Amino acid sequence: MAKRIDIEDLDIYYGDFKAVEGVNLAIEPKSVTAFIGPSGCGKSTVLRSINRLHEVIPGAYTEGKVLLEGDDIYAPDVDPVNIRGLIGMVFQRPNPFPTMSIYDNVVAGLKLDRSKAKGKSLDDVVEKSLRGANLWEEVKDRLAKPGAGLSGGQQQRLCIARAIAVEPQVLLMDEPASALDPISTLAIEDLVHELKRNYTIVIVTHNMQQAARVSDTTAFFNLAGIGQPGKLVESGPTETIFTSPKERATEDYISGRFG
Amino acid sequence: MGDRVFTNLTRLAGIFVLVLMAAIGAFLVWKAIPAFRDNTGNFFTTQEWFPDASPPFFGIAALAFGTAISSVVAMVIAVPVAIGTALFIGFYASRRIATSLGFIIDVLAAVPSIIYGLWGLQVLMLHMDGITKWLNDYLGFIPLFRNEIGIYTKSIFIASVVLAIMILPTISALSREVFLQVPRSHREASLALGATRWEMIRMAVIPFGRPGVISATMLGLGRALGETIAVALILSAAFEINWHITEPSGNTFAANIALKWNEAGPIGLSALIASGLILFIITLVVNMIARAIIAKHKEFSGANG
Repeated sequence: MAKRIDIEDLDIYYGDFKAVEGVNLAIEPKSVTAFIGPSGCGKSTVLRSINRLHEVIPGAYTEGKVLLEGDDIYAPDVDPVNIRGLIGMVFQRPNPFPTMSIYDNVVAGLKLDRSKAKGKSLDDVVEKSLRGANLWEEVKDRLAKPGAGLSGGQQQRLCIARAIAVEPQVLLMDEPASALDPISTLAIEDLVHELKRNYTIVIVTHNMQQAARVSDTTAFFNLAGIGQPGKLVESGPTETIFTSPKERATEDYISGRFG
Repeated sequence: MGDRVFTNLTRLAGIFVLVLMAAIGAFLVWKAIPAFRDNTGNFFTTQEWFPDASPPFFGIAALAFGTAISSVVAMVIAVPVAIGTALFIGFYASRRIATSLGFIIDVLAAVPSIIYGLWGLQVLMLHMDGITKWLNDYLGFIPLFRNEIGIYTKSIFIASVVLAIMILPTISALSREVFLQVPRSHREASLALGATRWEMIRMAVIPFGRPGVISATMLGLGRALGETIAVALILSAAFEINWHITEPSGNTFAANIALKWNEAGPIGLSALIASGLILFIITLVVNMIARAIIAKHKEFSGANG
């Protein structure tokens, strides 16, 4: 189920502006890869290029390849809608559908693609996904209540349940805990640990301790300068990046000298 | 201190609106009393209008029917087109087309109704025969579309089409504003789940915008119910309930008031005001129902999202 991702010579443009340049990165299945770097360095843009969500901005396009288990998701005959069905995403701010109940939020993705729900009872999927997101015990008695009535941390776990209900091959997380309090953050981090048994996880974070705690691999992005495109400076095992990085910029960022 | 002054000013403005409403209601009731007192027909079921005869004999049945049916038909035509236009502008059109189309719709919303009425009378009516004949030929088994007299002009149906065109820009402009307020995070949430643009609209945009669209629709309905001059120009006034809406027939509250006011005697005026009172009440009730619908979905409205 979990698949690997290989990014090869990826450039990302917004119209004339080159936002990201020359990214090469291998993302292993059933592992957590953290993207770190200062604001505006393009790490979220790279993340969003993995499910082609950056394309919702008019004029956005890419050069290079993103391979999902060897298949280029930017091949001309590939529909981004199908890619997004395979690659789940969790956003910075919890965004459950406000007009839907907790139950309907979890099954929202299944209702889009009926084939994924074939032969399964929706009730079972809801329970399994909410258990998978460590939320079941807290909401099992109020599944018909609006999802927007939960606390911020619960909403974010509901969004994770919604993302994993469709059993994606990859789970992208864009600063999933940055809008949450420390206890909710811890709950999300624990969850990431559990989810990596089944999913390939890519997580963008501003919080370096978080990257150190949850990830197996770390990729450090930086800007070459103001107005320049963002670049992948270096990547490697989290342990190595945090103790003996090759690049000076990485060391400066990790030790808190800038960013 | 400044806060207290402002609080009182706003409170005063609020009270003023309520007093104004009550004053209008009281005026209508007061002026309508002579008509109610002297009427020898049944005010609600009589399909005649002879308030200045002796004894006076009149009722609002035909007016209520004409007002309701023309507004309902206008809504059936206008609402889907208006929402479709709003969605096209918001989510499908390129920025340049969206901007100019939005501008045109705003301009259309500001065109005075007399212009629509003249256009309906002079242009639209001459070109409606084809459609109404087709409706009669192929959908004539539905009484609404049957035409037994073979004349297709000056009908409720044409008035409804003009009303629809008139309220379409209002509903569309307001719906567009509502759709623009759907947070990007909700739209992205559905796209990230693998939704197509249409599925995104159904999943995130329409549910979030529903209360606003209902409000927009009710504003349009209010305009259709009260529209006077365009309808008065087009309809050939007749005091009968005629379900064959493509035949020349029918009348509405507002058009009847406009047409009869100048020639009315004392009871005639009072009777017209009585019919105005009913229109006032209908509009109030329609708006209250809309509020109730919106309030019912409040828990899921997204106001807290």
